Amino acid sequence: MLSDITLGQYFPARSPVHQADPRLKICLTIFSIVLIFSAGNFFSLGLAVGYILLGMASSRTPLKLYLKSLKPVLFIIVFTGVLNIFYGTGEPLWQWGFIKITQNGLLNSLFVSIRIVALILASSVLTFTTSPTQLTDAIERLLKPLGKLGVPVHEFAMMMTIALRFVPLLLEETDKIMSAQKARGADMESGGLVQRIKALVPVLIPLFVSAFRRAFDLATAMESRCYHGGEGRTKMKQLHFGAVDWLVLLTAALALGGFVALNLAFPPSIVR
Amino acid sequence: MAGGVHMPILETKNLTYIYGQGTPFEKTAVEDVSLSIEKGEFIGVIGHTGSGKSTLIQTLNGLVRPTSGQVLLDGQDIWREPKKIRAVRFRVGMVFQYPEYQLFEETVLKDIMFGPKNQGLSDDEAQARAYEAARFTGLKEELLGKSPFELSGGEKRRAAIAGVIAMDPEVLILDEPTAGLDPRGRDVLLAQIAQYHKERGNTVLLVSHSMEDVGRVADRLLVMNAGQLLALAPTKEVFSQGEELERVGLRVPQITKIMGELQKLGLPVDPSTLTVDGALQQLIPLLKERRNPHAV
Repeated sequence: MLSDITLGQYFPARSPVHQADPRLKICLTIFSIVLIFSAGNFFSLGLAVGYILLGMASSRTPLKLYLKSLKPVLFIIVFTGVLNIFYGTGEPLWQWGFIKITQNGLLNSLFVSIRIVALILASSVLTFTTSPTQLTDAIERLLKPLGKLGVPVHEFAMMMTIALRFVPLLLEETDKIMSAQKARGADMESGGLVQRIKALVPVLIPLFVSAFRRAFDLATAMESRCYHGGEGRTKMKQLHFGAVDWLVLLTAALALGGFVALNLAFPPSIVR
Repeated sequence: MAGGVHMPILETKNLTYIYGQGTPFEKTAVEDVSLSIEKGEFIGVIGHTGSGKSTLIQTLNGLVRPTSGQVLLDGQDIWREPKKIRAVRFRVGMVFQYPEYQLFEETVLKDIMFGPKNQGLSDDEAQARAYEAARFTGLKEELLGKSPFELSGGEKRRAAIAGVIAMDPEVLILDEPTAGLDPRGRDVLLAQIAQYHKERGNTVLLVSHSMEDVGRVADRLLVMNAGQLLALAPTKEVFSQGEELERVGLRVPQITKIMGELQKLGLPVDPSTLTVDGALQQLIPLLKERRNPHAV
């Protein structure tokens, strides 16, 4: 059934990573991505990966979930990995016509693959440990300075929140409408492409009608509660930068220090 | 079959349905339900919210495939040939809650014809079916040419119910057909469903939260509680178990309760009276007798 799809990837648990301020988590995710991309050799890359693994380990989220998040990008990882093998320079280890494999190519391939995997894992730590509402809240807070430039930050965040809230509602609605039309003999499982697209009409039209109805209802409800945007608005859930956050920040500082040292101490591993 | 008197049209055998099996959200919605419904019966389905009645009725026409157990239609397992499940849905018609949200065609007539056309009927046959179904639900003929989105809430409801009746199902299941209608609309629609049952002699299952509604029209009541079948018995019999019903979050019709209390006070009335009219027939003679004790 459609309702089996879970929205977002939030995995509720009690862990220091879950407790950490979502603003900090967003910043640290960006920080980790910067580390991954500025790593020049295997040692500094290893440290960046280690830092992400530390985040994963302390998130009390099953490893299985992290591996699952890699599945959709498996193709990209394999594709770029394989491509990089053949684009190395230097002495060929193996050659067949114009195709040659070099040690440099193999190393490049390994390096790039680790980078992509680390990238996905870093963002997974964020999405697994932060609920969608926390995320939008944090984004709103982080983008607030843009408000001075006339960017409607609050409205943008509100739109995101509403959109997120509507996804499960509309999924449920779709499920209901599909059942109702199936009960009237609608056939959605067989036939060619054109027939299948045609079979969607009895589902899409009621779904659109219902989405508009819900939108109007929501707008009326918001107006009747005098909603007028973000100006002077206080938050029910204040974001706090607490002891856990300082600790997390400390680990980030240590990681940065080690990273810079390793990056300078060893020669670059990939040669273009 | 002994004497051929009992002809169950729908049966379930140890029917169980588990939502989200193998996930943290696993929940048993229907547990080990075995029941048998005779041809031509009018069954009221009652149960507390979340008692599994909606899931149960959806297994009856193959919209939900049971986790274990069987659904038998005319003695045949409906999932014997999963590819032919559509044929089952034409024989067991299902009207969902708030069915007006399923309307989509350009005109009401076309929308009612959607089901019959899916059955493979010709335009003429489907149209004839649509007109008849519209008559059963009391939908005025001049509305059939309009867009379904121009109709009022009550009219939309009728159009949607007509869309299922037009498939001429042997069993008609209605999930809360009167929800959200005004009191007069409820009465009229309920009377029309009862009329349809009487004229066609088909089997009807009516899911309702209103004990008054099912008390008025149902021969037997199917009571669900926490995913299990609590009872499938004649309406009067079920409503004579007032305390048991209240224990599972249901109650008896108000008039039945009043008549029960009156009997406790010593009046010679039937404590399983289900309708106000039935109560009046008993109470008016009693009142006359009291005013004029020697006239009898």
